[in-house]
Amino acid sequence: MLNDITMGQYFPGNSLLHRLDPRVKLLVTFVYIIAVFIPQNWTGLAVAVAFLLLCVALSKLPVRLITKTFKPIIPLILLTSILNVFYLDSGNVWWDAGFFKLTDHGVYTAIFIAIRILCLIAGSSLLTYTTTPTALTDGLERLLNPLRALHVPVHELAMMMTIALRFIPTLIEETDKIMAAQKARGADMESGGMMQRIRAFLPVLIPLFVSSFRRAYDLATAMECRCYRGGEGRTRMNRLQMHGRDVATLLFTAVFVAALIVLNIVLPSTL
Amino acid sequence: MTVLETHNLTHVYAEGTPFEKTALDDVSLSIEKGELVGIIGHTGSGKSTFVQHLNGLLKPTSGKVLLDGEDIWKDPKQIRRVRFRVGMVFQYPEYQLFEETVYKDIAFGAKNMGLSDEEVDARVRRAAAFVGLKNELLDNSPFDLSGGEKRRAAIAGVMAMEPEVLILDEPTAGLDPKGRNNLLSQIENYRKENGTTILLVSHSMEDVARLADRVLVMHKGQLKMLAPTDEVFSRAEELEEMGLSVPAVTKVFMGLKNRGINVGQNAYTVESAVSALVARFGKGGGADA
Repeated sequence: MLNDITMGQYFPGNSLLHRLDPRVKLLVTFVYIIAVFIPQNWTGLAVAVAFLLLCVALSKLPVRLITKTFKPIIPLILLTSILNVFYLDSGNVWWDAGFFKLTDHGVYTAIFIAIRILCLIAGSSLLTYTTTPTALTDGLERLLNPLRALHVPVHELAMMMTIALRFIPTLIEETDKIMAAQKARGADMESGGMMQRIRAFLPVLIPLFVSSFRRAYDLATAMECRCYRGGEGRTRMNRLQMHGRDVATLLFTAVFVAALIVLNIVLPSTL
Repeated sequence: MTVLETHNLTHVYAEGTPFEKTALDDVSLSIEKGELVGIIGHTGSGKSTFVQHLNGLLKPTSGKVLLDGEDIWKDPKQIRRVRFRVGMVFQYPEYQLFEETVYKDIAFGAKNMGLSDEEVDARVRRAAAFVGLKNELLDNSPFDLSGGEKRRAAIAGVMAMEPEVLILDEPTAGLDPKGRNNLLSQIENYRKENGTTILLVSHSMEDVARLADRVLVMHKGQLKMLAPTDEVFSRAEELEEMGLSVPAVTKVFMGLKNRGINVGQNAYTVESAVSALVARFGKGGGADA
């Protein structure tokens, strides 16, 4: 019942995207998230979408996996699109109903925003699909390393993230088990009003809390037994190394962003 | 009289995804009223999936579960009633405790049934007595109990619903030998007094041999055997092929036979082994020394 959560899940593979340095993937994703907001005309938007499609193709993941992540945000997209269509009444009027004007400007903006949001979601899920949680936090820790000079506890933050990611599936499984056990005792979590449902959830939440604390203590003991004492003087078994493909990816992304900017200057804006 | 039946019960997890897995494959069987059936099978054989169908926690992909001849999914809104009639104690049930006091926790299921306060009170006290929880513990927080006491409190929580069928998934896992023995005797007593049909999932062949009238063997989601206990344990080779074993004392008896020592019939519990040996070699003399 809770097994349908796919966001943030890693899908094993050996594609180019899987093998890229996590730092590069993080950077490219970050740049891409900003870049999808650059295009002001259809050609630019098409280039941004094409970049994403290229990445999907390179990842060799089933396309269904990507489209599946769209489902939870469809309401958000619909809402923003409708708001845009309603509130923007500049541009050529297609249809005028007095209180409401349908304009090309409004419709185009709605389409642009919808496509941008979809690109954002697909781009970031591509990152988590192709990168193991440990590689991800490892990359993040390295990228943020310069912040250490500002006394930001980078290693500790990265470790917390790793642990949190690691325990998501465990806690989901645990929740499933506790819910089943309480249902077996006649707990009714599927009917009643909101307050009633929240109260019906207590028999699940309390044991879940208790067992999270238990797990945290166990984990702390296990880490101490292995002499963990924070990031100070810690060396790594797998050191991240940049390869040719990583440099090529960074260069390609730079060209992509430059192309978007050039297209904005050369072509007239649709918005 | 048959109390529970399954017809071609099949369950497929994550149907239509790359993770698709058939956990139950065409299981048809019937359980008689008042009997104690041991359920054995290797980890991942589908035991837990199977028992979770019997009280409607899982819905079959295809096939039917009948309780007293009626399909439990006939009216999905009434599925809670089925859960009161078929009680289920999960593995490590102590992790489901949540109330402020042991008393309230044991009462949770019975209260959900909508019984009167007096009836709930009587049931809580009866259930606590069955599992050997002392009265003064009932006002404590369940989180202050010892591991074994927590387990017993959680089992009492299901017993207090006084179900017609009680399913226990590995009730003795992680208990010390004494706690294990006590719990098994309490289950036996509970059954004697209430005539409850019991299904006991266990990895311990000794526990199953001691309690069960019949044994159900699952392997890779399929029902491999459902037969009287001695018959199942006489098929040791087949069990071993499925990664299971027979009770240690049965192994000893089979070893003796293979070495040409005639010990009469097979034995599945230490008691039956003793009586078989006594019957064969007689009392007194060399046998006692």
